[in-house]
Amino acid sequence: MLAFLTRRVFTMILTALCLTFIVFYLTNLPPNLEKLAKSEAGSRITDDEVQSWLNKNGHGSPLIVRYGEWLGLMPGWTYEENGRTTGRCISRGQDPADAARFCGILQGYWGQSSVFKDSVSTIIGTRLGLTGILMFWVMITMVPFSLLIGILAGMREGSRLDRTLSTFSISTAATPEYVSGVIFIAVFASSITGLKWFKGSAASAMEGITFENFFLPVLTIALYGVGQIARMTRASMAEVMTAQYIRTARLKGVSFMNVVMKHALRNALIAPFTVIMLLFPWLLNGVVIVETLFNYKGFGWTLVQAAGNNDIQLLLGCSVVAVIVVLVTQLISDVGYVYLNPRIRIS
Amino acid sequence: MEDLGWSGIVVAILRNFLPVWISLAVLFAVSIRYKRRLGLYGKLFDSMIAMIGFALVMFWVFTAIFSDLIVTHDTLGQISQMKNKFPGTATPDGSGWYLLGGDHLGRDVFSRVVAGSRIVVQIAPLATLFAFMVGISLGLPAGYYGGRLDTVLSFLANLILAFPVILLFYLLVTPEIVETGLPQYMALVLFLFPIAFMMVLVNSRYYVVPAFRNKVMLIIAVVGGYLYLSLVGEVGTRVAVLPGAADFIHVPGNILIVFVSVVFVNSPTVYRIVRGITLDIKTRDYVAAGQTRGERPWYIMLWEILPNARGPLIVDFCLRIGYTTILLGTLGFFGLGLSPESPDWGSTINAGRKLLTIAPHPAIVPALALMSLVLGLNLLADGLREESLRD
Repeated sequence: MLAFLTRRVFTMILTALCLTFIVFYLTNLPPNLEKLAKSEAGSRITDDEVQSWLNKNGHGSPLIVRYGEWLGLMPGWTYEENGRTTGRCISRGQDPADAARFCGILQGYWGQSSVFKDSVSTIIGTRLGLTGILMFWVMITMVPFSLLIGILAGMREGSRLDRTLSTFSISTAATPEYVSGVIFIAVFASSITGLKWFKGSAASAMEGITFENFFLPVLTIALYGVGQIARMTRASMAEVMTAQYIRTARLKGVSFMNVVMKHALRNALIAPFTVIMLLFPWLLNGVVIVETLFNYKGFGWTLVQAAGNNDIQLLLGCSVVAVIVVLVTQLISDVGYVYLNPRIRIS
Repeated sequence: MEDLGWSGIVVAILRNFLPVWISLAVLFAVSIRYKRRLGLYGKLFDSMIAMIGFALVMFWVFTAIFSDLIVTHDTLGQISQMKNKFPGTATPDGSGWYLLGGDHLGRDVFSRVVAGSRIVVQIAPLATLFAFMVGISLGLPAGYYGGRLDTVLSFLANLILAFPVILLFYLLVTPEIVETGLPQYMALVLFLFPIAFMMVLVNSRYYVVPAFRNKVMLIIAVVGGYLYLSLVGEVGTRVAVLPGAADFIHVPGNILIVFVSVVFVNSPTVYRIVRGITLDIKTRDYVAAGQTRGERPWYIMLWEILPNARGPLIVDFCLRIGYTTILLGTLGFFGLGLSPESPDWGSTINAGRKLLTIAPHPAIVPALALMSLVLGLNLLADGLREESLRD
């Protein structure tokens, strides 16, 4: 188990390094940097001025060096002009001699956002908190609901209940968030139908969550996941129900409800567990779409803003978080599967 | 002219779709009549769910084919009095109606949805096919040989899969990246796979009949090579191989980028599926028999393993077209890639969502269209899975 874990963690770190390097490369291409220089130093500066601005702000060194600086493995850049030293690790008004030599992601320095004029770590911290609340409610509604649907459908494969529930889960899995969200807003929040039960925007949910302003975004994200998890649970449940030990239990006279609850459920829930974990990257997509649609200024909204406004440091920060979320959930899913499934033993 | 009521709208829409109804009726009548002779395709017509799914999918395919006959107005023509007007409003010059209302610029929602189906029906299946070519040509050797090749390819596939799709799209489709020509270079690599796949396919089978093989290989090389150069290159961009006079296929730059990014996102998943199936099938007896006969590895992979993996692959192909449709919509929803004027469903939803609480129809109509197509594909895949399991 320990060897397996070490190998997995090693692959994970390697993947994270590769991914962040790709993002770093793609966000630090010459056109991006030129655009950054023009937005910071004035849009009508000449090419020479762009070049000198880039050199002055540490964008002149080779890509791999800049990546190392950003990561915190290389000493931060310094630039001397008229006896004044500026540098990556030197904050305004600080004596260059006191400044740390290394400052990067590893040291906890995430850079400054050029759009929000704030440090990236603060922005991401608050935004992640808001998204965390959203995800919490999504999980609370999605997981029990989808497991219930899957178990009921898979309990008696081919029955009318199974057909109905399966059709329902196929339709929800076929409805992307931007479709269901638009339909929900039009039906429940517009003046056309006159229902106006909920609000079409979750902007007010950032101060205080109410059922009215938070139900639609949560439902929109949850619904897409419900289809996926329910289908998986159904398949897993249906497979378990055909197993020998279930038939034995039935033949020795255990009631159907007891068979389902005590014998089948425990084995049927192994596969859905991994699916729920692997669904996190998908939910991340859903979060980006729903936060944009409902104007809820969480992590997904920030990612879109950063990408749309060429905010290099913030986009890098967002991608680090996204990549970590994906990789950690993959790891949990793998380890959990091994742990839950007694048939798999990795020595 | 008077505005139409709801029943009038329904009748008018049904009448406009007349070519589609006729084609659907003919297709279904012929298919049901001869279903016993049509193999897996014929078996679709034994299951109600598969039939519903197939009908939904074919509805949009025929709509795309006949879209020039169905549209009632120019998709870009703006009539300022028709801004955000409700379904069934008559145009001011009295020439007709905006059957499903007007959008925020006074364009006809109905015509735009119909025209948008053409974009989806053109890109989604083709992009999925390309993703399958890439996934199959890498997944088969990875599963068959295993070892270091498998480790490296799987690592790369996991790398792409660990990227949140939206972040990847934002990184690939922004104007700055397009300026550097990166998507075109990716197209250079990705579009090589179908040609290589076809060549290996033919070579492994007809290796023993060199005369025939050489002829077919030459045809593939010439036709495929021309298509390749013409599709990838465009005069005036970073990749321009053919001179303008010889380049007859003009793919608008942003369509190519959308296409490439969708293929790029889909291929690692296909790779994983193919690799998994190959790992399973290569332990079968007929593979061992082939190896004992002295067949070469690519023959075994392409002519022994691949045909036996077709069941799950066909089902996944259907599902994946649906997923590609969703991805295309996502790109449009974030205003990436396609031009904002384009009538594709994602862009239309994006344009309509700002006025959702006042005039929801410009966003609702394409949303329902997209949903019905994806639902159709999912139902079709479900039906196919059941029918192929029954064998």
